[in-house]
Amino acid sequence: MSEAEEKKGLFARLFGRGGTPAAEAGADRPKKRSWWERLTGGLSRSSQAIVQGISDLFSKRKLDALTLEELEDVLIRADLGVAAAQRIAGKVGAARYEKTIGPDEVRAILAEEVESVLEPVARPFEIDETKKPFIVLVVGVNGSGKTTTIAKLAAKWTGEGKKVMLAAGDTFRAAAVEQLRIWGERLNSPVCYAPEGADAAGLAFDAIKSARERGSDILLMDTAGRLQNRTELMAELAKIVRVMKKAEPDAPHAVLLVLDATVGQNAIAQVDAFERTAGVTGLVMTKLDGTARGGILVAIAEKYGLPIHFIGVGEGSDDLEPFTARDFARAIAGLDSDAEADEQNA
Amino acid sequence: MFEGLSDKLSGIFDKLTRRGALSEADVAEALREVRRALLEADVALDVVRTFTDSVQAKAVGANVVKSVSPGQMVVKIVNDVLVETLGSTAQPIDLDAAPPVAIMLVGLQGAGKTTTAAKIAKRLKERHGKRVLMASLDVKRPAAQEQLAILGRQVEVDTLSIVPGQDPVKIAKRAEETARREGYDVVLLDTAGRTHIDEPLMEEMAQIKAVSKPHEILLVVDALTGQDAVNLAKNFDDRVGLTGIVLTRVDGDGRGGAALSMRAVTGKPIKLIATGEKMDALDEFSPQRIANRILGMGDIVALVEKAAAAVDQEQAQRAAERMAKGKFDLQDLADQLAMMEKVGGFGGIMGLLPGVAKMKEQIASANIDDKMFKRQRAIILSMTPKERRNPDILKASRKRRIAAGSGAKVEEINKLLKQHRQMADMMKAMGGGKGGGMMAKAAQMMGMGGMQAPSPEQLAQLQKKMGGALPPGAGPSIPAAPPASAFSAKPTLPGLGGGGGFLSGLNPFGKKK
Repeated sequence: MSEAEEKKGLFARLFGRGGTPAAEAGADRPKKRSWWERLTGGLSRSSQAIVQGISDLFSKRKLDALTLEELEDVLIRADLGVAAAQRIAGKVGAARYEKTIGPDEVRAILAEEVESVLEPVARPFEIDETKKPFIVLVVGVNGSGKTTTIAKLAAKWTGEGKKVMLAAGDTFRAAAVEQLRIWGERLNSPVCYAPEGADAAGLAFDAIKSARERGSDILLMDTAGRLQNRTELMAELAKIVRVMKKAEPDAPHAVLLVLDATVGQNAIAQVDAFERTAGVTGLVMTKLDGTARGGILVAIAEKYGLPIHFIGVGEGSDDLEPFTARDFARAIAGLDSDAEADEQNA
Repeated sequence: MFEGLSDKLSGIFDKLTRRGALSEADVAEALREVRRALLEADVALDVVRTFTDSVQAKAVGANVVKSVSPGQMVVKIVNDVLVETLGSTAQPIDLDAAPPVAIMLVGLQGAGKTTTAAKIAKRLKERHGKRVLMASLDVKRPAAQEQLAILGRQVEVDTLSIVPGQDPVKIAKRAEETARREGYDVVLLDTAGRTHIDEPLMEEMAQIKAVSKPHEILLVVDALTGQDAVNLAKNFDDRVGLTGIVLTRVDGDGRGGAALSMRAVTGKPIKLIATGEKMDALDEFSPQRIANRILGMGDIVALVEKAAAAVDQEQAQRAAERMAKGKFDLQDLADQLAMMEKVGGFGGIMGLLPGVAKMKEQIASANIDDKMFKRQRAIILSMTPKERRNPDILKASRKRRIAAGSGAKVEEINKLLKQHRQMADMMKAMGGGKGGGMMAKAAQMMGMGGMQAPSPEQLAQLQKKMGGALPPGAGPSIPAAPPASAFSAKPTLPGLGGGGGFLSGLNPFGKKK
């Protein structure tokens, strides 16, 4: 949910002659929106939907089975998944059955529940400085936003004074290498690449060697998008990991799975398959700036307990933020943004 | 795609069909499970409600409880409602307008618009003989325009020259002018990905529409999209008025919720589905077929089509004739293995067969994979023609030679020979009998007469039959599908009633592990 001015800024950055994006980003946003504002902005639609639903439900009647079922539906609509929705609806029902319960109370319980699930997995991404280069492999299905996420991470870490190298490991999709090279130019980061159709595993090997020679702090390795049920493509990913270990025995030091927030319950299958093949160490959820979404993170956290490191709430190169359970839970439940929600509901 | 949902549903319906009589409570219980299965498959909640209500209403009206086979009746009603939900008839892309016909693709970031553009262009060029011009209006994502240009070269379709810095509306105008001037039939506009709440970009999209007056505006949607699919489609439709939907990543293992929701929510037809990364992996959307697949009946029609395209008809006929006589030598086996590969490997076939959902675990535990078939073929190809026709002459020294030639072990050759013997025996039992062999019976059942490979008309007829009211569990119809040689090794699939001879017959390496 960027404003028009920001859009222009981003636009200019994209098609200007490169330059130092970090400085430009600063100039574009004299008054940077706080992380909280942007998260609630991104999630507001989803929380509004939930808030509206809950308000409708509980301002009217007593808590009975039908009401609970409807609460479950509201949560399902937010992509929490049937199991998580049932559990949370059950929590709300426990000890409150046949009692009148206000919307605020339900919201608080919802936030609490979501937070309790997400709290253990909200862990910041840690770069082990003793590993040089610190090798990060980025994986995910097609179109989940891997390359853009890499650009955002590179911008973030470059801004923190780290030397970042990018490896354009998507040798399959047309112009994917080009896309990362353009980002590399903008960020002044070296990009290791091979021609389209080249072996990504070979590129990974070369990139690690090259990053070592250049003394890079971090190597960010892009990969081609692959659907998790395509065994041949998953085998290729396994090979990339294997070959990386030949160049650096404990590589990759981190494997980030990029999940698209618009994906529904299939995200669980994605986590499952990529975890098995590439040993995912953490998650990044992108595209949280649309409507009703984000609930799937609750289901994933319940099932896998994998750390959620970042969420993407916009298209700007700094629209990637560390994940915080409390903020996310409260934003989803519509707490602390009541004024805004009420305003828009009115 | 859809397997997860079809697994669930077939489980639910199994319970129903097994019972002789059904009470209303049974039906209600089944519908509750259907509801949950649909929700887990990401079908939009409102669509699920309408769906179950509609089934319920029809089930009561049809007097399910009193009907002869109540379970079957419910399955049929669900099937009908499913088809209704998906849109009853297939609707292809409409090019019926004065050229250049503009087609505009819109959607979220990462939905697959650019790849889809190239696929559609290739299809229009090759199947409809159209001259197509593609233009990328995506000035947001780095290298997006280059991507389309590269894909254009791959599929040999022209793309509009890239003018750096030009805005999307101007590019759209330039595309239209170029297409008119240079006599293109179709101009395909690939737009930047946008979220439906991003006001400036939605406005830009409306402007592009005003400039290029597209005849088709297709929303490209990831088939893996969750509950948000509904909002997405509604918002895009409100702003530009969609004419249809293209579902991408249908080859994923999502449960197809978006497919079910889209049509119901927007009332717009799903026109195409993208089923893979290759440039020709684009199919027309057939509601009937998808409904069959969701209900776990397998996509028999797709199988027939796919096989018909891949299988050399003459070869198939030769093989079928030989088999009808009960003959089956190593060359036939090698041909079958080769055909299997063409049709998409073992996994490809199995995914399309009805009832397979149930035997997935069995397959996994049997450790069958396509590599094994390749190795078997390699062994056979290392034999002389004489040896292939007459395996009995294979003695120790010949086997050693073959082992060296194919990089296999002698034991593997023995296993292959043993397996072949079993299969040959099976063939004899099936084909050799007096006119009443299983194969012949199966063929008769399908109204195909003898054991010849079918003519195109017969194929069409067969498809019609199979697309229609084929009862679930009609196992023997599969081997009768035309490329008899490709499938005849498995007259009965385990789980479909019958002896389960297939897995034991065709799996020499995995069996003894």
